[in-house]
Amino acid sequence: MASKWNMVVDVARCNNCRVCFLAVKDEHNGNDFPGYAAPQPAQGHKWLDIRRHERGSLPIVDAHFMPVMCNHCDDAPCMKAATNGAIKKRDDGIVIIDPEKAKGQKQIVDACPYGSISWNEERQLPQIWIFDAHLLDSGWKQTRAEQGCPTAVFRSLKVEDAEMARIKAEEGLEVLKPELGTKPRVYYKNLHLMTKCFVSGSVVKTTNGVEDCVAGAEVVLKQGGREIGRATTDAFGEWKIDRLEPGSGKYQVEVSGSAGRYAGEFELGSESRYLGVMPLG
Amino acid sequence: MNLTVLLWGIPQAMRAAAKVYPEYAARLKERNLVAQFRLRDKPEGRWIKLENGRITTRSGLHKKPDLDIHFKNRAIAERFLTPPFNLLERVDAAKNFKIGLNGPDELAVWFMQTLARLESVTWKAGTDMGNGVTRYTNGTNGGPIFVYVKDGKILRTTPMDLADDDPESWTIEARGRKFTPPRKTTAAAHAMCQKSMVYSKNRILHPMKRVDFDPNGNRNIQNRGKSEFVRISWDEATDIVSSEIKRAKAVGPGAVCVANGSHHQWGNLGHYLSGFNRFWNLIGATKLVHNPDSWEGWYWGAMHHWGNSLRLGAPEFYGTVEDCLKEAELMVFWSSDPDATYGFEGTQRRAWAKELGIKMVHIDPFMNHTAAHLGGKWIAPKPGTDPALAQALCHVWITEGLYDKAFVEKRTNGFAEWKAYILGETDGQPKTPEWQEKETGVPARDVRALAREWGTKKTYLGAGGWGVGVGGACRGPTGAQWARMMAILGAMQGYGRPGVNFGNLQYGSPLDFNFYFPGYAEGSFSGDLQYSANSANNYQRMPHIVTMSSVRQGIPRMWFPEAIMTGTTPMGYLTDVASVHGQFFPVRYPSPGHAPVQMLYKYGSASFGTMVESNRWVRMYQHENLKFVVNQSVWWEGETPYADVILPACTVFERWDIGEWYNVGAGYVHHMFSMNNHRVISLQHKCIEPLGESKSDYDIFTAICEKLDLGSVYSEGGTTELDWCKRVFDSSDMAQHTTWREFLKKGYFVVPNDPESARAPTANRWFYEGRKKDTPEPYPLPSDYVGNYGEGLQTPSGKFEFIANSLKRIDDPDRPPLNQYLPTFEDQSRDPELAGFPLQLLSPHSRYPFHLMGDDEGSSLRDIREHRVFKDGHYYLVARINKDDAEARGIRDDDLIRLWNHRGSVVCAAQVTSRLPRGVVSASTASAEYRPAGEPGRSTDLGGCVNLLNSSKPITKKSHGIKPNTTLIQVEKWTGVDTWRPLEVANG
Repeated sequence: MASKWNMVVDVARCNNCRVCFLAVKDEHNGNDFPGYAAPQPAQGHKWLDIRRHERGSLPIVDAHFMPVMCNHCDDAPCMKAATNGAIKKRDDGIVIIDPEKAKGQKQIVDACPYGSISWNEERQLPQIWIFDAHLLDSGWKQTRAEQGCPTAVFRSLKVEDAEMARIKAEEGLEVLKPELGTKPRVYYKNLHLMTKCFVSGSVVKTTNGVEDCVAGAEVVLKQGGREIGRATTDAFGEWKIDRLEPGSGKYQVEVSGSAGRYAGEFELGSESRYLGVMPLG
Repeated sequence: MNLTVLLWGIPQAMRAAAKVYPEYAARLKERNLVAQFRLRDKPEGRWIKLENGRITTRSGLHKKPDLDIHFKNRAIAERFLTPPFNLLERVDAAKNFKIGLNGPDELAVWFMQTLARLESVTWKAGTDMGNGVTRYTNGTNGGPIFVYVKDGKILRTTPMDLADDDPESWTIEARGRKFTPPRKTTAAAHAMCQKSMVYSKNRILHPMKRVDFDPNGNRNIQNRGKSEFVRISWDEATDIVSSEIKRAKAVGPGAVCVANGSHHQWGNLGHYLSGFNRFWNLIGATKLVHNPDSWEGWYWGAMHHWGNSLRLGAPEFYGTVEDCLKEAELMVFWSSDPDATYGFEGTQRRAWAKELGIKMVHIDPFMNHTAAHLGGKWIAPKPGTDPALAQALCHVWITEGLYDKAFVEKRTNGFAEWKAYILGETDGQPKTPEWQEKETGVPARDVRALAREWGTKKTYLGAGGWGVGVGGACRGPTGAQWARMMAILGAMQGYGRPGVNFGNLQYGSPLDFNFYFPGYAEGSFSGDLQYSANSANNYQRMPHIVTMSSVRQGIPRMWFPEAIMTGTTPMGYLTDVASVHGQFFPVRYPSPGHAPVQMLYKYGSASFGTMVESNRWVRMYQHENLKFVVNQSVWWEGETPYADVILPACTVFERWDIGEWYNVGAGYVHHMFSMNNHRVISLQHKCIEPLGESKSDYDIFTAICEKLDLGSVYSEGGTTELDWCKRVFDSSDMAQHTTWREFLKKGYFVVPNDPESARAPTANRWFYEGRKKDTPEPYPLPSDYVGNYGEGLQTPSGKFEFIANSLKRIDDPDRPPLNQYLPTFEDQSRDPELAGFPLQLLSPHSRYPFHLMGDDEGSSLRDIREHRVFKDGHYYLVARINKDDAEARGIRDDDLIRLWNHRGSVVCAAQVTSRLPRGVVSASTASAEYRPAGEPGRSTDLGGCVNLLNSSKPITKKSHGIKPNTTLIQVEKWTGVDTWRPLEVANG
């Protein structure tokens, strides 16, 4: 069995420094790699882009970032939409849009369910992030994105598919839009930071008219009597429970500390929630 | 060596070089001349004739040589001409008239450079990567890079991967684990956009003249910024500039004024403190006295509690990475966003801190990039109210006994008075957490919790972007109060003991701090001893000819427009790192005996996008008092068209330079390279030829100097830029580890690390323990020690002063000796005239460009959606606005919005966020573009110059600091029609 290229992206490590984004632009602006990719326009294209996602509200907010790019799918919709053999899948898994044969085929752009294909108006070409195939083929051990990333977001792995499946299971990796059956070769770690919700709150107590944060209080999250998650408050009385499904309905919160208890209920919509101040009594 | 042989050898070498190197043969064809070498005391010598590239030569004297190079006597001539050349001898010979040169200046420079190239033509640069690709190296403000070139074009630029034979990286052992940085350099965003900047459509490729500017007739000054430009030749351009210099100087000393930004493309030779400095010294010019940008509150405020003048009032950092990882339990990031602007070396170290379970708190109205990445408690005080929060921490520490009593007792004075103020004994107002909540909006309970955490855990205070200063709250209206509070908080907790110090892991890597390589602030070949740190090391290590200007006039930069338009300025104050009291010295324009400014030589085009209340700058350019403006820039930026003549400079990739990553140099952010995980010195290769007709700044200054017969002096006898690189190399400790040829080829050098046992000691530990100073810093000056040399701080008592005694020597109501809380002058609730401006604008340093470098049209940075948004054919600067404030105004993500107050009006693209509280807007000072919708200086700007909105009042009454960090504004959706006009407001 042949070993093939896969990319693992750790969402938790990305801080939107944009070095990967700029490295891809640097590689393809003004450079022609015949057989791999024609030059990218000077501005406007984002073959590798970063999505941002904020959750929560003051004082408990988080912001996460996710690099997105062509997924080099094993069952690529773009290949089906292309004519003239314009898109090929290499034995090592990398998808290449032929910079000659694909001319004029704008329908390829719309075929991608991930929006990863950019249209080059001047050259009338659909263009993608090519996994730096031209560099890997000439001996580079890493893609430009991986080489430039200061926080180790990217891991490009050339392994057999069975091994990749094992890694996926072991590390809890996910692909984007798995329900479409495109079989992406780009895997995400900690994707919940972009797709799931958290709930949070601040536990306080008032003694002789003075309000203080409560550290070390136990918070239990329940739904229909079943425990979903639990947390312990920090020095600022704050707690956070993550990985909840958006729009998943009603939850109960029970807080207990040495100064007393608190109980509440809330409905989780599409957004993460800061439930506010929870006084123990 | 024998003179006859030496002189015979010169033309032989020239012929040989022309045979072997086609570029040398081409060089010889450029001029026809007769050059003669002779002795003064005897009729001996040799002449060399160049005609159409062919050399004829004879010993003896020529009847009419074009160039006459004469030596006092044979012994001097032989010492001068025998290789290897002793530069100290050569410089001495020139300074003391032991040698001389008669003949046209331009020809002399050309000939001397041609002789110099006899050696440099044999030098090889770069690494062959195969397939016609050569890998060079260069340097940027965001890290050193490899530059791959093919067929004379830049193919790509990347951060550097270190080679296996580069020195070993350091390892820190902490809490049972070992931490070693990855063997590569990191790059900031603005280091990664360099190729796009080199080839940007915004490059200025030819010298230009404003079409309605006639130097001998009507200058049409009122049209500056509005007129078209026409291309002219370099000859005409340098003619105009040199004539205008002479015309201005005829009016009086100081009539020529030079102005540059605070930063430059990387590299020692090309830096304004080097090439431009040498130029303005030889011309004689009025300078703009810079504000200590980014250090305002530390310089004007904190310094008075503990000295540290060399660091502009900010604290030491040696050994703090190791100490923090080993000992700290909590890190408080206060107005501290190291992940913006300065690259990501520290980011890797902070990841280690997180792995070790060190807790983190972030105090910033904006949940900044570092806070978002690391997580931890976010506290968002109203902008400018941080000093109140800090004072409440003191209150909890005092009432609950959570401060370092022994340190306060032994190493400080004034605590009793400070304690009385905090407890409310002096003004009837105890500075409780409940009191600060009314000012800051931060719940009292959070302040109590923070005080207790901080007072019971070993805590590092990361104050400012670098953790040891820079940016953020220090440059707001209460910036001096805030920085003073940072010092006071540190003192109450006993800074210097294990796990307790200043820092956020951005500074303090365990590198070799003794290995000498000059930084850019050391003046390189400028010859300047007064305005740069040249005298510290460089002047002895790299012999070169001194230059000194006879002009003493300076203009406080903040009030440059007033100087031009009204002929005078409010009082400015010096930025003097030698002492604490240097900042009390006034600077005023005009200076006695000097002439008013007639012409401006503007170097770079940053002011509209960085200076406060910059509509004044725009109007200044159109004022009749400013008779001539020449602008020397690489890119067409907002300020460029406000000139009469434009000179195209090239980028650092198109010329030779040399520099060390983040080595600024002695006396200015001393040992700044401690931000890095490795010390990396780059030979900044000339990778490609200059684009169009652009030239290196060195060549431009030489060309102008030649028109004033100063060319030989400026270029120090025809030294080329590549030769200067070698001289810098030879002057440094690198010469003990490698050879010039090896360094030139490979392009970079990594400084080896000290063994663990020899690392620099931890910052401030000496002071905490009552010992003599043992950190490798060359200050305080001996004269600034009150007691024995090396003992105590740079304060009147030698101790940390809770009540700053040095402030008793200046009567500044905004800086009382006791750092009481004085609410910001711009407060909507206290000033009815500002009622229409309910929002506070934060304008931090930009994240992706370096200030505005990299923001130009055509730069790849523009496609970053968190920097600019492309809409209706234009890239608009992003402004972050709170979700609720946006909703109340019907504003959604990417909508065009207008930010305005009485000073200015700017259109931005909205980024709706929960990372700001209600009432606060954030947009960085980062615009290379000024695009007025109507009349320049009096209309809305579409380019994104948010600094148009900032006040030009100084940070304190008797200082010269700017405070752009917070300003009151209003925001609405942009209608596309500009109705804004500037307004005079009493308190503005």
